[in-house]
Amino acid sequence: MSFSLKRSVSPVDQVGVEERAAKFTSRSIKNEAKAVGLKLAVSMMDLTTLEGADSKGKVTHLCRKARQPMASRYDCPPCAAICVYPNQVAHAVKELEGSGIPVASVATGFPSGQYPLELRLADVRAAVDSGAAEIDMVISRGTFLEGDLARVSDEIAAVKEACGKAHLKVIFETGELQTYDNVRLVSQLAIEAGADFIKTSTGKVSPAATLPVTLVMVETVRDHFLATGEKIGVKPAGGIRTAKQALQYLVMVKETVGDDWLTPDLFRFGASSLLGDVELQLAKLVDGNYQSADYFSKG
Amino acid sequence: MSDLNFGNAFEYAPAPESTPVKLRRQYELFINGKFVAPSGGKYFGSVNPATGKRHARIAKAETKDVDAAVRSARRAYEKVWGPMSPAERGKYLFRIARIIQEKARELAILESMDGGKPIKESRDVDIPLVAAHFFYYAGWADKLEYAFPGRSPQPVGVAGQVIPWNFPILMAAWKLAPALACGNTVVLKPAETTSVTAMHLAEIFQEAGLPDGVVNIITGAGDTGAYLVGHEGIDKVAFTGSTGVGKQIASTVAGTRKKLTLELGGKAANIVFEDAPIEQAVEGVINGIYFNQGHVCCAGSRLLLQESIHDEFVSRLERRIETLRVGDPLDKNTDVGAINSREQLKRITELIGSGIEEGARLHESSCPLPEDGFWCRPSFFTGVSASHRIAREEIFGPVLSVLTFRTPAEAVSRANDTCYGLSAGIWTDKGSKIFKIADQLKAGVIWANTFNKFDPTSPFGGYKESGFGREGGLQGLMPYVRI
Repeated sequence: MSFSLKRSVSPVDQVGVEERAAKFTSRSIKNEAKAVGLKLAVSMMDLTTLEGADSKGKVTHLCRKARQPMASRYDCPPCAAICVYPNQVAHAVKELEGSGIPVASVATGFPSGQYPLELRLADVRAAVDSGAAEIDMVISRGTFLEGDLARVSDEIAAVKEACGKAHLKVIFETGELQTYDNVRLVSQLAIEAGADFIKTSTGKVSPAATLPVTLVMVETVRDHFLATGEKIGVKPAGGIRTAKQALQYLVMVKETVGDDWLTPDLFRFGASSLLGDVELQLAKLVDGNYQSADYFSKG
Repeated sequence: MSDLNFGNAFEYAPAPESTPVKLRRQYELFINGKFVAPSGGKYFGSVNPATGKRHARIAKAETKDVDAAVRSARRAYEKVWGPMSPAERGKYLFRIARIIQEKARELAILESMDGGKPIKESRDVDIPLVAAHFFYYAGWADKLEYAFPGRSPQPVGVAGQVIPWNFPILMAAWKLAPALACGNTVVLKPAETTSVTAMHLAEIFQEAGLPDGVVNIITGAGDTGAYLVGHEGIDKVAFTGSTGVGKQIASTVAGTRKKLTLELGGKAANIVFEDAPIEQAVEGVINGIYFNQGHVCCAGSRLLLQESIHDEFVSRLERRIETLRVGDPLDKNTDVGAINSREQLKRITELIGSGIEEGARLHESSCPLPEDGFWCRPSFFTGVSASHRIAREEIFGPVLSVLTFRTPAEAVSRANDTCYGLSAGIWTDKGSKIFKIADQLKAGVIWANTFNKFDPTSPFGGYKESGFGREGGLQGLMPYVRI
């Protein structure tokens, strides 16, 4: 499979894709468009905490924040999901009861993935058993870079099976794969192996999500849709810290794959600090002036 | 099969450029460092192509005015600019470049109002390149002996320069900067439909303290340009524009002492091989033909597709043109602006008609067009044969002709099957193929895996009926020196 797949994946020109991505950043998004975009961004946000120091208390703060990010007069929607480590899943599920907000859990030996497959699968099953509705797995970058694409594919398929009904997001850690050709290849591979979502990064490696990397992934998703009619989601994660950046991603999605992807079902932001800046900007649109960041809770 | 939905979710709000910039009601001639009324007292209208309405009056130079401009340039050449030390000349050029940067936003807005090009292009491409050109040639001013080792380069004298309407201020910079750096003085004639920014450039020359008469700008129609080119008092003619006019100029200048450079039309082949980075090739093709509404002499107006990828590539192009935003040139989100003039729109429309009549298939964007002004939807033809008019004649509009080929040899022969030879594009992931094909193409500029890239350090010019002489780079000094 890997041999024929590699030949079927179109090459990506680095200069060209970065130039194209830069063009999205020159769109001018003002007034109503900005309000619509910012609210959309909040509704697509996987509010994330992935620290060794995460505690129930921290997760509780985050869950409350996801339910209602801002005071009601700002008419801000809830976040798309909460994203935590497996041992916080049960607590998060309890905290989010009745909100309809799903809990996503990283798994498969996140963030390195350097564990035997059996342990990684057990990790997934444990998270799902605790109530995770979405699993963010990491691929084994080492295996991919060794060229054993078949094994990477088989592992994704195995994780997908272990997920049961839970949605599967496949994290590539594009900062470690480095080339756009690799990003395009691994995107195609993950989609064919059963990913519901493809995701750039763990947030633990720099560079994390970038606009051109995400563009290559969105283009792969678009081409897969045009070939099969099946819609796969994309999640840039890590490094997206400002409202302006978030709007640039939305512009890129809108102009590359169209309106159907402008929904949390098919596009997510993995972020921990983005929400603060989006709140600041949304409040400015409503109140007419910027407020101190101190007026917005940290979650 | 379901398709992508490019609808109105997250629709961009209007984002008009908000810097207040006003055109003057009336523009005079710039002769001997002063703005003077034309001797005949006549003015013609300059039209905003996005509205179709007249927005300024431009002086019509009479032959007497052209004579005065040439005299003034001669005087400045002999008394001031010619004898000046090269380093001093360079200082003026550096000063001009800096003032252009300071006034960049204003110039960009004026350029978009007068010519119809989207503000994002005038702001991000035209004006930065104008400043870059002056900076670049300012640096050469006192280093000409290093450009021509072993020679002692001397200025030519007075240059008569006639420029087109597609990149009005940029073409002025391309012409003026090397001429001045080499010690020449100039009489410049902008295109009839786009004189405004040249006159604002004249104000910048005043502000920079450029000595009187070093640059003179006369406005008018084709007859003014013809009179200038034939004038006894000039030593050098530089023209950018159509091949038809270029041929007339060549015969006017033939047998005189005048040096001549011509940068004329083009019908560039953009060759996409099956091993190309397809996604980036699509973008390059889009940029190659829809940049500046296709009013680009080096536009990639003939797309040569390898047969094996033809259908896929065409469907990608069809989707991509749906996301081009056509409309108000001053809106920061506009991708494709207004056609420069009613006459140009008529010519484009006529050629589109010929394409349909000769049996090619037209694919158009479904975008709505504003009611007033001059507009043309981004479009392309498939099923184009090498003998169709739309494969041979320069359309100079947002219309692409798609042809096919089977082998590299056929690609080369189709690409060279034209009377022009200004530019070409090659798209393949294989480096060796780029060099092999580029070697065989008869075109002055060849881009690989990109298109429409300009830099003052890089020479630009044509083969065959696309003209002769080079602008830009070290080679761009050559037409303005005697060595």
